Amino acid sequence: MKYDLTRRKFVIGTAATAGALTLAGPRAFAADPLKVGFVYVGPIGDYGWTHGHELGREAVVHKFGDKVKTTYVENVAEGPDAERVIRQLASSGHGLIFTTSFGFMNPTIRVAKQFRKVKFEHATGYQTAPNVAVYNARFHEGRSICGAIAGHVSKSGIVGYIASFPIPEVVMGINAFTLAAQKVRPDIKVKVVWINSWYDPGKEGDGAKTLIDQGADIVCQHTDSPAPLQTAEARGVHGFGQASDMKAYAPKAQLTAILDDWSGYYVQRVQDVLDGKWKSHNIWWGLKEGMVKMSPYGDAVPEKARKDADAIRDGIIAGTVHPFAGPIKNQEGKVVVAEGKSMSDEELQKMDWYVQGVEA
Amino acid sequence: MQLKIEPRREISRNLLYLTPFLAVLLTVVTGFVLFMLMGYDPFAAIYHFFVSPLLSLYGLSELMVKAAPLIIIGVGLAIGFRANVWNIGAEGQLTIGAIASGAVALAFWGDTGLWVLPLMCIAGVLGGMLYASIPAFLKTRFGVNEILTSLMLTYVATLFLSTLVYGPLKDPAGFNFPQSRMFTDAALLGVVFDGTRMHTGTIFALLIAVAVWVLMTFTIIGFQVRVVGQAPAAARFAGFSRNTIIWFGLLVSGGLAGLAGTFEVAGPIGQLIPVITPGYGFTAIIVAFLGRLHPLGIILSGFLMALSYIGGENAQVEVGLPQAVTGVFQGLLLFFLLASDFLVRYRVRVVRLVTETAS
Amino acid sequence: MTDSSAVLVLLTVISAATPLLFAALGELITEKSGVLNLGVEGMMLAGAVAAFAVAVTTGSSTLGVFAGALAGAILAFAFGVLTLTLAANQVATGLALTIFGIGLSALVGAGFVGIAVTPLPKLAIPGVSDLPVIGSLVFGHDALVYLSIVATVAVAWFLKKTRGGMILRAVGESDLSAHSIGYDVIGVRYRAVVFGGAMSGLGGAFLSLAYTPMWAEEMTAGRGWIALALVVFASWRPWRVLFGAYLFGGVTILQLYLQGAGGLDIPSQVMSMLPYLATILVLTVIAAGPWKGRLDAPACLGRPFRPST
Repeated sequence: MKYDLTRRKFVIGTAATAGALTLAGPRAFAADPLKVGFVYVGPIGDYGWTHGHELGREAVVHKFGDKVKTTYVENVAEGPDAERVIRQLASSGHGLIFTTSFGFMNPTIRVAKQFRKVKFEHATGYQTAPNVAVYNARFHEGRSICGAIAGHVSKSGIVGYIASFPIPEVVMGINAFTLAAQKVRPDIKVKVVWINSWYDPGKEGDGAKTLIDQGADIVCQHTDSPAPLQTAEARGVHGFGQASDMKAYAPKAQLTAILDDWSGYYVQRVQDVLDGKWKSHNIWWGLKEGMVKMSPYGDAVPEKARKDADAIRDGIIAGTVHPFAGPIKNQEGKVVVAEGKSMSDEELQKMDWYVQGVEA
Repeated sequence: MQLKIEPRREISRNLLYLTPFLAVLLTVVTGFVLFMLMGYDPFAAIYHFFVSPLLSLYGLSELMVKAAPLIIIGVGLAIGFRANVWNIGAEGQLTIGAIASGAVALAFWGDTGLWVLPLMCIAGVLGGMLYASIPAFLKTRFGVNEILTSLMLTYVATLFLSTLVYGPLKDPAGFNFPQSRMFTDAALLGVVFDGTRMHTGTIFALLIAVAVWVLMTFTIIGFQVRVVGQAPAAARFAGFSRNTIIWFGLLVSGGLAGLAGTFEVAGPIGQLIPVITPGYGFTAIIVAFLGRLHPLGIILSGFLMALSYIGGENAQVEVGLPQAVTGVFQGLLLFFLLASDFLVRYRVRVVRLVTETAS
Repeated sequence: MTDSSAVLVLLTVISAATPLLFAALGELITEKSGVLNLGVEGMMLAGAVAAFAVAVTTGSSTLGVFAGALAGAILAFAFGVLTLTLAANQVATGLALTIFGIGLSALVGAGFVGIAVTPLPKLAIPGVSDLPVIGSLVFGHDALVYLSIVATVAVAWFLKKTRGGMILRAVGESDLSAHSIGYDVIGVRYRAVVFGGAMSGLGGAFLSLAYTPMWAEEMTAGRGWIALALVVFASWRPWRVLFGAYLFGGVTILQLYLQGAGGLDIPSQVMSMLPYLATILVLTVIAAGPWKGRLDAPACLGRPFRPST
């Protein structure tokens, strides 16, 4: 085993040297900029998930200027291609690499084992290593705020929820939304339609139309395109923006939007590397740290809803409000989280069941 | 004076080998202008696209990893294409093959038997064949066009894989994320060179291409396939069964696609994930035709296609070329390669109108 | 707003089917001439981005629609040069066209992400559009929806009743004999290919200007492939293309509707399989049924043609 390891190191070492040799210009000087790599699962022009991370990269460029040199690779398939791209970045002198999709977890871990000196940051996963940090955002905190607003704005008491895939993050979001909405309006129903895609504007829009036809007057989405919100605008109902402010697409319909803001984290981690203070960690940041933000309320949000929403936001930031505080009943009506208790982060991160009031 | 185009009586051997280089040269020139206009360093871009992936052992090993599934699927598809059997659902057959072999790997999780891998390969091939037999059955029994069925079944296969990794095959310790457990060692292909990802499946890819070449050149069924493709009337006259050829074309291409899927999950991936292939089944169609449907040609076109993908990634990493530009460049490369075929089959002559009457 | 839910579902189906119908009708004409162009997805994307960019820049969605058709036609013309003039392999060239189109549209569209555009106006006729059921089902769509229906009628009429249609079919069924009677095989095929591209471009324009008025990379999400399959499904007949597009769109919407209605304990992935399975099933029933007609592709489909003189 030991022999194997050293040998592997040797071969990779040669591969890396060969890679370095082929590159023009010296890189050994201390004043050389830190190379930061970003691996994206989608195109930067998706106006959704990848677009959000790209804004984070731009923030890094803006902040550090000549001190960094950033590289990104788009549309990287989760699988063998990801591992090659990550390794390519590592062996071409990148000191910090962000891999921004869950499916990049195992490839990141594998490459990190071979490049001990390179720092890796993997989004939304759960495996860490001495040189692999994990980061994720508490999107469900934003969903709580949306839920409260929906409870106030909805007249029909039916919410349509366009969902991508039943991973814990999406399930958690649906539940957080529903729980908050029920606090305002106990009889609210959340109808979920699964698109089985993160990104298919046409189908997302069709899902929204179908749900509106079935009585929903609030459209919530956990898919990447503005199509569901656009549909809400066209049909005269309301909805929430996803990942970025989508007011341009739905000036009347957007009640608020959950913003993924990676820039603060990316800037900080680059700073950490520059200062030699980078350490691996597993963080899950939300409203408090500014990784999740809310866009300004739309005109259709009544005063009372604004107050409630603000209270939830401030409460979450202060630690007095927990989006998953008991009593919580599951779909069968059984109390799963008792009054006075709330769910732990670990329980949330593998959530695969729905609360009462969700029709999924 | 005018240009006259006429078919060559015999395919020009010299040009056959020369034209791909001509095409690459034209692509390089066009790319040079394109990159320069867009403000990127054209020398560096071309260098990192075509040259730097070939300069290290590691680079070459990655080329093998990327080319292997394309070659395996490509040679299979070529058999069908020669006989006008249009299987465009290799992507789906690959996925089902991966599911079948992955299920075996998970069923014998932790087992150390040497038989696990062969069993996975058998399951993968059978899975791919079984899935390809649906279009074959519908075509031979009801005359339903295989283009439609094989393509539609691809979407179904992807969704089926999704059902499994979100459900029964989900890693119990994986925080309910959609992926299976990592396969254990007995279910993983060995690596040929330490420190690379070049698995034994890549060697098999080359062997398979040679084997298919032998099959097509020296066996009766290979002969029949070629006759059916080139001279359907003669084939009917000779009493070759069209249905047999359809079944043969679909089963072989489906089985090989299934094997490619097996190699992917037992090789570089090592588990079942929601999407196994970045479009290998479709890319292999291009590979098959670029290789002029000849197994040995497909080996070369598989490598070239793999290089164009890896080169595209390289150019993004090293020169900062956006993926959109690498896609346009890759498209241009293919256009030139396909167009250059023209020179092999036709000749262009400058004819003087005066002399034409004389000749 | 008193329409029954059935009417509302049908409205959604119409808009889901329209882009498929455009692209498939275009491909049908292309294939009828004996040319197989698998680059529909790429041409649709080119149409979508061109339509959006022009509509945003000029403020005119009509100009946008024309630009979409033009962009599709230009890509198709390039395909024609390669496959018709240079006799390159059609299947591979079509796939390469898709790769090229995805890249090109992303390149052109980079500056248009995150921008909204005024959707294509609905053509409402006062009084009539307010009628129950008929009002919203028949009236009050945007112009492209009507154009797609008109195009179906026109394509059917062209193929069956006109001399041009007869020549087109002759060229697709037997290029050599068409050539020997003196028809310009390559010329006819060029026109068919360019028409196919323009129609794909229109389908793309419908996506980016009416269906989901925005530009985002790869927003076609595979609709070009479905359009290709629909031509085969339709056995190369225009009315069956219409049927196929509405069947596929219909089952897609139906499964979303069933999910929303709840009460079904079926994995959503299985529900998402339904449109694909339904198409296979219906075609099999047609093929096996007593009313089966000729299911064959045009005899020269995919074969290169070069006049020998």
